[in-house]
Amino acid sequence: MEKQVVFRSRWLPWALIAPQLLVISVFFFWPAAQALLQSAQQSDAFGTSVQWVGLENFHNLWNDASYLASFQTTAVFSLLVAGLGLGLSLLLAVFADRVVRGSGLYRTLLIWPYAVAPAVAGVLWLFLFSPSIGIVSYLLRQNGFAWDSLLNSNHAMALIVMAAVWKQISYNFLFFLAGLQSIPKSLVEAAAMDGARPWRRFWTIQFPLLSPTAFFLLVINIVYAFFDTFAIVDAATKGGPGKDTAILVYKAYFDGFKAMDLGGSAAQSVVLMVVVVALTVVQFRFVEKKVNY
Amino acid sequence: MVERRPWLDALSHLVLILGVLVVAFPVYIAFVASTHIAQEVVQVPMPLLPGAHLWDNYAMAWQGERQGSGSHASVGRMMVVSLVCALSIAIGKIAISVLSAFAIVYFRFPLRMAFFWAIFVTLMLPVEVRIGPTYQVVADLGLLNSYAGLTIPLIASATATFLFRQFFLSVPDELAEAARVDGAGAMRFFIDILLPLSKTTMAALFVIQFIYGWNQYLWPLLITTKENMYPVVIGIRQMISGGDAQTEWNIVLATAMLAMLPPALVVMLMQKWFVKGLVDTEK
Repeated sequence: MEKQVVFRSRWLPWALIAPQLLVISVFFFWPAAQALLQSAQQSDAFGTSVQWVGLENFHNLWNDASYLASFQTTAVFSLLVAGLGLGLSLLLAVFADRVVRGSGLYRTLLIWPYAVAPAVAGVLWLFLFSPSIGIVSYLLRQNGFAWDSLLNSNHAMALIVMAAVWKQISYNFLFFLAGLQSIPKSLVEAAAMDGARPWRRFWTIQFPLLSPTAFFLLVINIVYAFFDTFAIVDAATKGGPGKDTAILVYKAYFDGFKAMDLGGSAAQSVVLMVVVVALTVVQFRFVEKKVNY
Repeated sequence: MVERRPWLDALSHLVLILGVLVVAFPVYIAFVASTHIAQEVVQVPMPLLPGAHLWDNYAMAWQGERQGSGSHASVGRMMVVSLVCALSIAIGKIAISVLSAFAIVYFRFPLRMAFFWAIFVTLMLPVEVRIGPTYQVVADLGLLNSYAGLTIPLIASATATFLFRQFFLSVPDELAEAARVDGAGAMRFFIDILLPLSKTTMAALFVIQFIYGWNQYLWPLLITTKENMYPVVIGIRQMISGGDAQTEWNIVLATAMLAMLPPALVVMLMQKWFVKGLVDTEK
């Protein structure tokens, strides 16, 4: 789509676009190029010598058991976050869509966690589930369940999943509710006239019509779990116990800034870039075609 | 409402109320803990009703007068840093994007589409995946521990440009035509006609970007080493670095409540624009 009416000036468009171009070249294209460059280099521990190693960093990653483990951790984490997050928010949205009175109030009371910083969310859940002082871990212990997110990696994973889902429910809820409200009432009413009960109406009408929304949210949630949960992990578990909750972004940060393996960290960044680009392409290719029946 | 099913209505309210309570629970516990003295909070189980030390704890946190381990910076100062960052990121993004979208939509010039795609590519890569090299650039420019270093790299993104481009394309051509017939130049048209029309888009973007800026974590964590440049989200993290035993949880959680307040207020009070912003930015 193009404008038919345009203004004419030799210099003005350049002046208008200059600030953005300057910012993205200095802080985006230059660093991205550096990441590509560094991923093919290796420097010694003191940073005094740099040598070209070609694809060796990637090769090392591929053979690094801890990196593959981090991939697996990230996969488990994002599937849990996306699955639980979508399921719970769909449940809430379906009921909120039914309720005539007070649905605005429920919406207000459910959307605010979106505003909470991921790091703060991590701290809140850490406080609830801290093995020594947490109120919920105390209740669990009273009921005979020995919760210890500092030593048990499954518990640590459950902790960051809960914090991540809690923060994302509001977002999913808003989109599911908007999706449900855009389904024509006449369809649902016609089914009701034919004698379909609410349960059946949901599975045969509302759920299929929601599938584009659900698929869109699935991609968004996976991107969220991959990239926006660094702060939750860092605040709640610091990747521990051991490296059992170190998701890919956390590992790239840790290897680059704590272990000072710049080449390895840059190679990890490049892998992450490929993941983002792939997810974006999936999103553009498939979300546009309505996933509908 | 399709038909009357009283029991289903009751169930709906029950599920929703349960949902609201579960969502609010962590914040309620944090609030309760922020109103007690430190010893009461670390007792197991901790009290479940608010205590009498609300004012003391928040005042102590605000001024940074605490004894525990970790950072002792004043939360008041951190809130100012966070506010400056969130506002700069939101306003900076809107300003540079509205200008470049105007150039791309209303002018024809060489390399226009190349620039368009260059901006488009930045959509795909969040700061998180290029932290190392971006850090080096900022360090080389001498911008560590500065507002410029905290904000400008985060302004480099394309979402807002796209939103404005979509919006400008939907503005009727007759308006620009009429402006030209009346002898108005490009900038006159931009300032007197286009900007006033873009108000709601700007408000929606502002809400989303303010929250985005306020909640930044990884980036400020890397480039701030001085306590007087910590945003509040980083400050909290530095306070809990000592482990359970030394952490003054009442002060930490008071700080967390303070850190949540501005973005939560923005979302609840500007809910209409917030929802519009969310829906628009993800299209």
